[in-house]
Amino acid sequence: MNFLSSLISGLSLGSVYAIIALGYTMVYGISKMLNFAHGDVIMIGAYVSFIMSMHLGMNGWLALLVAMFVCTCLGVLIERLAYRPLRGTGSLAVLITAIGVSYFLQNMALLIWGANPRIFTSLFNGMAPIHAAGGQLNISAESIFTIAANIIIMIVLTLFVNKTKAGKAMRAVSEDNGAAQLMGINVNQSISLTFAIGSGLAAVAGVLMCSAYPVLIPTTGAMPGIKAFTAAVFGGIGSIPGAMIGGLILGIIEIFSRAYISTELADAIVFGCLIVVLLVRPTGLLGKKVHEKV
Amino acid sequence: MGSVLTVKNINVYYGAIHALKGISLDVNRGEIVTLIGANGAGKSTTLHTISGLLRSKTGDIEFLESSIAHVPAHKIVAMGISHVPEGRRIFQGLTVEENLQMGAFVTKKDRIAHNLEYVYEQFPRLKERTSQIAGTLSGGEQQMLAMGRALMSDPELLMLDEPSMGLAPILVDQIFDIIVNLNKAGTTILLVEQNAQMALSVADRAYVIETGRITLSGTGEELSKSEEVKKAYLGG
Ligand SMILES: Nc1ncnc2c1ncn2[C@@H]1O[C@H](COP(=O)(O)OP(=O)(O)O)[C@@H](O)[C@H]1O
Ligand SMILES: [Mg+2]
Repeated sequence: MNFLSSLISGLSLGSVYAIIALGYTMVYGISKMLNFAHGDVIMIGAYVSFIMSMHLGMNGWLALLVAMFVCTCLGVLIERLAYRPLRGTGSLAVLITAIGVSYFLQNMALLIWGANPRIFTSLFNGMAPIHAAGGQLNISAESIFTIAANIIIMIVLTLFVNKTKAGKAMRAVSEDNGAAQLMGINVNQSISLTFAIGSGLAAVAGVLMCSAYPVLIPTTGAMPGIKAFTAAVFGGIGSIPGAMIGGLILGIIEIFSRAYISTELADAIVFGCLIVVLLVRPTGLLGKKVHEKV
Repeated sequence: MGSVLTVKNINVYYGAIHALKGISLDVNRGEIVTLIGANGAGKSTTLHTISGLLRSKTGDIEFLESSIAHVPAHKIVAMGISHVPEGRRIFQGLTVEENLQMGAFVTKKDRIAHNLEYVYEQFPRLKERTSQIAGTLSGGEQQMLAMGRALMSDPELLMLDEPSMGLAPILVDQIFDIIVNLNKAGTTILLVEQNAQMALSVADRAYVIETGRITLSGTGEELSKSEEVKKAYLGG
């Protein structure tokens, strides 16, 4: 039973990574940049939701919607103000800017909400865990909802990029920005939409994560951000199913390492696995070869 | 026979490289105009500047009597210029049909089905492959897809950048037949080619470009008889 409950914890944590990884991977796909501030958008989402529900007494689900709205706007704003002016310059400038935005968000949170940890109330507070296998296996409501949210998000997003006009345009821009403009696609709009989606999902990830791991501080988003980024690379950066698979595998490896090997070594093992995968498959599990554009 | 496109004295730079040095040309309604020149002369740069992906530091570009020199690229398409770029640049990971849908991105909904039918009529090969991933098409099919995609927006002016590049002679003939057909059906064409002989044989008028400057212009026939052109581009 230990094995099964570890597996479920791993899938649940992995689902959070997967939802975060989507933001990295979609943004990378369309603008070929690593948005290192993405992890901190998660933290902002969690704080907004916390403030709305704890201080303003808002219903948790409504607070989640507000957090999604705020993060969506924040993501679009970050792209517009910090990244767009640098488009077409070297990728190093963009990378450094992204790191700068990350520190800016952390310090802004520190200024507004202080350094004291906030104890997040689970979105699923009061929901009873499910008992299975004659009471030996407890599955928390958090786990069930997180895993379900991940599945729903993946399905909706896959349908969106494959079936809708805006989604196909995003894929076209990801493949060839210049050719997409020649089709009449407004590339800026497509990129803004990608940041909007990624950041809205970051808020969902933030609330789900803090529901399971309730300590909220201004650097809460940093480590999951890096792990989700790892998951995105692991699965093949730019690939939506890759983000899903990478996130789930990473979550499972992390929880199993903690349970069976060592809590201290868990992170080292996670990153070790990434290195091995990249040595064998430099483009990640589902990544495609990047075509050099003329 | 009004002028569709007028390019007046454009100067385009890549950083410090001065790629176009005062290019002027015009294209009239119903014409096939070709721009020929050696590799690196500035042909693609000229087309990129017309379609708005690059900007000129000087002069103006007029399309159907209005200046497009400062219009963003994605709006120029909607005004009626379609550009088939060098190397085709189809969306490799999208299906044939999705590529065509992207070509119709700015097309009015009620015209899309009609245009799709027209494209399939011109390129029956594409119709057999609607749901195939575009990256798996042969070179000739990819060129057809690139041209079909460009036609989905019902362009007034179609700009083709080296459509014969890398194709077997029989396919080159096919592509040129299609170009002539499209022109007969009413599309004005600006054709960039290194295959000067082919281009001059179908063109009403032609410009020769050398290191960023127009050095010769005239009717297709005049230029194919010109000694200079013969020597430099027609192999004697
Ligand atoms: N992206 C670029 N960066 C720098 N120089 C370029 C770039 N593209 C083209 N050039 C230069 O501009 C000139 C014209 O190139 P191009 O328009 O592609 O020529 P053509 O299409 O006639 O072969 C060449 O000297 C080429 O090296
Ligand atoms: Mg060229």
